[in-house]
Amino acid sequence: MVREMMYGEAIATAITEEMQRDSSVVLYGQNLAMTERDPMLRKFGKKRVRLAPISETAEMGVAVGAAVTGLRPIVELWMSEFMLVAFGQLINEAPRLRYMSGGQVKVPVVFKAGYGFAAGWAGQHSNCIYHAMMGIPGLKVALPSTAADAKGLMASAIRDDNPVVYLHHYMLTLDKGPVPEGDYVIPFGLADIKCEGSDVTIVATGWMVKKSLAAAELLSQQGISAEVIDPRTLAPLDVKTIIQSVKKTGRLVLVDQATRHASAAAIIAAEIAEHGSGALKAPIKMVTALDTSIPFSEPLENYVLPNEEKIVAAVKSVLARQAATV
Amino acid sequence: MRNKKSLTKNRLIWMYNQMVRIREFEQRVKRTFVEHPGVIRGHTHLGDGAEATIVGSLATRGDSDLAMPSYRCHGYPLVLGTSPRKIMAEIYGRKDGLCAGFGGSMHLADPEHHFPGTSGIIGQSIAHATGAALTAQVKDSGQVIYCFFGDGSTKQGAFFESLNLAAVWKLPIVYVLENNHYQAYTHISLEDANYQAGDPLSKKAQAFSIPGVTVDGTDPLKVFAAVGKAADRARSGKGPSLIEAKFYRFSAHGNAITVPPVPTQFPEHEAVEVYGKKAEFAAAKKRDPIPRFRSRLIRKGILPVAEAKRIEAEARAEMDDAVQFALASPLPKPEEAVKYVYA
Repeated sequence: MVREMMYGEAIATAITEEMQRDSSVVLYGQNLAMTERDPMLRKFGKKRVRLAPISETAEMGVAVGAAVTGLRPIVELWMSEFMLVAFGQLINEAPRLRYMSGGQVKVPVVFKAGYGFAAGWAGQHSNCIYHAMMGIPGLKVALPSTAADAKGLMASAIRDDNPVVYLHHYMLTLDKGPVPEGDYVIPFGLADIKCEGSDVTIVATGWMVKKSLAAAELLSQQGISAEVIDPRTLAPLDVKTIIQSVKKTGRLVLVDQATRHASAAAIIAAEIAEHGSGALKAPIKMVTALDTSIPFSEPLENYVLPNEEKIVAAVKSVLARQAATV
Repeated sequence: MRNKKSLTKNRLIWMYNQMVRIREFEQRVKRTFVEHPGVIRGHTHLGDGAEATIVGSLATRGDSDLAMPSYRCHGYPLVLGTSPRKIMAEIYGRKDGLCAGFGGSMHLADPEHHFPGTSGIIGQSIAHATGAALTAQVKDSGQVIYCFFGDGSTKQGAFFESLNLAAVWKLPIVYVLENNHYQAYTHISLEDANYQAGDPLSKKAQAFSIPGVTVDGTDPLKVFAAVGKAADRARSGKGPSLIEAKFYRFSAHGNAITVPPVPTQFPEHEAVEVYGKKAEFAAAKKRDPIPRFRSRLIRKGILPVAEAKRIEAEARAEMDDAVQFALASPLPKPEEAVKYVYA
C-alpha cells in the first residue's frame, strides 16, 4: 500500500514505526516532548522520548555513550549548524570509537537535523555543511529528497549499526509524495535515478533534486533529455550509478546548494574525473552556491543559490562544448 | 549504606593488591621508554598517584557497573579484570593488544569487562559516560556508571552540559573528579576559578544542585565511603553526585612529544621541569597512597608483612610477564588497517 504524505510526515512515520519495532530506540532533543500531551511521549513514554537542554555537546556525546552501551538514540538537533557547536562529538568521537576499540564496540546513533533553509534565515541557519561529514570514515550521511526516500532512509539510519547524519531539507518539509506503508527501508549507498534521460547527467541532492527535475522539464521542452540522479547518501557514495549514467550521456552537471569548495559536487567531480573521464564528451560543470555567506534579504538570497535557470544554462554549456568539439 | 566497616579483611587486602598492581603496571610502562626506546609511540599518560582513588571508587561497584575514565586509563581495566598482557600489548601497538593495535594507550576499551572505552579528547568522555547512564536508566539495568576525569576536564563544556543533563534526567552516575593538580602542564592555580577563590572544586556541583564532596584521594577508604554513598544515591534513582578526590599525579602529564626518529621519553614532572618546585613534588611523594595504606593495614594487623611482600612480588612478576608478552607479540598486518571502519 502506498499513501500520499508530506516529507516531514514521512520522517516522523519512520521514527514512530522504528520505535514500535525496537524498544532500544530512544528520541530526544531540544523543545521536544514539552508537555504530557506530546503524541510521541504518550506513545512511547518518558524513558524513551525526552526533552534535552540546549547542550549539543552533551546531547550528541550522551547519544554516543548510550549507543556504545546498547541504545539506538535519535538526536533531534533541528538545524544542522547546531551540530557545529559539538562537531568534536560528531567527527572525532562517534565515528572513531569503533575503530579505536579494534571493532569491539558499535555506535548506532542518528543525528537528525534540517538544513539549507532558504527562507530568510541569513548566514548561520541556512547552510549546507555535509561536505565536512561525508569524508569522515565511520560516519554515514543521508540526504533524502522525496517523502518516500525520507521514510526509507530514516528507517535505514535507525537500523544501521554506525553513526548516521540524517539531513532533511527544510524547503521540502511540506512536499507531498507517495510513501510505501509498513516496513520500507532504503539501503544506503544506492543512488536513485529520479528521471531518465540520454543527453546529460545531472547529479543533485535534497532540494536541488527538485530544482534539477524542474530544469529537466524545461530542457525537455527544448528537446534536451536530462537524466537526474540523486545519490541519496553521500557516505557511502554510489559512484557506480553515476559513472554508468555518464557512460550513456557523456556529460555531467553537478548541482549542489553548498558553496563550490565545500560541496559534495566537488568530491563527485573528482571521482568521475578519476574513474569515469573516458566517458566524458565535455568537461564536468558544477552549479553551486556563490562563495558568500547566505544573505538575509530575498533577492540577495535568490542570487547566490542555484536555481532552474542556472542548471539549464549549465546543461546548455556542456552540450555546446560538445557541439564545438565535434 | 557503605562505610569502612563493610569492608572485610580480604577486601582490604584486595584493595591493596589492586593499588600495587596499577603502580607496578604504570612503572613498567614508564620503564619501557628507557629499556626499549621506540617501542611505545604517540602519547602515553600514567595514573601513578591515582591508585587510591581508582581502587577506592571501584571497590564500591556492583558486578555489572561500568567504569568510564578519560584517556589516562590504564588502571581501571586492570582492576576490572582485563589482562595486563593485553593492555601492555595495546600500548606497544601489537596484534595481541586489547584493541588489536587500533587504539593505543589513550583508547583502551574492554566492554566484556565493563569498560566500554575512552576518548582521547579532554572532557568528551564525560558525555559518553553520561550516555551509558542513560542506557542504564532506559533499560532499568540497575547499573551505576563510574565516570572519572581530571581537574582539567572540568573546564570543558562537556562537563557542564553533561552534569546539568544528568541532574535533570536523574541519571545513575557518579562523577569522580580526579584533582591531580595539573591540567596537562598547567598548575591548577592558573586555570581554576574555584581554586583561586580558595574553594574546593566540588563546589562546581552547586551549579547543578547536586551533592558535591571533596575527599582525600590518597586514602582509599575515604574515597570508598564518599563514592559508595554517591553510588547508592545514583542506584536509588536520586541522580548524580560529584566527588572531588584530591591527590597528586607522580608522573609528568605524558611522555615528551618528540618527532621521529627521536624516541619518546618521560620527562620530569611539571612541578620540577616547568615550575622548579622540587619541594612541592617531594612533599607529594611523602603522601604516596600506597606505602601509607600498606603500613596502615600492617599496623592494624590486617595485612601481615609477609603477605604484603608476596602481593608486591606477584605484581612485579605479573607485569614483567605482561611486558614480555607484549614484546613477543607481533605487529599487526598493515592491511588490517581498513578493518573496523564500519560495523
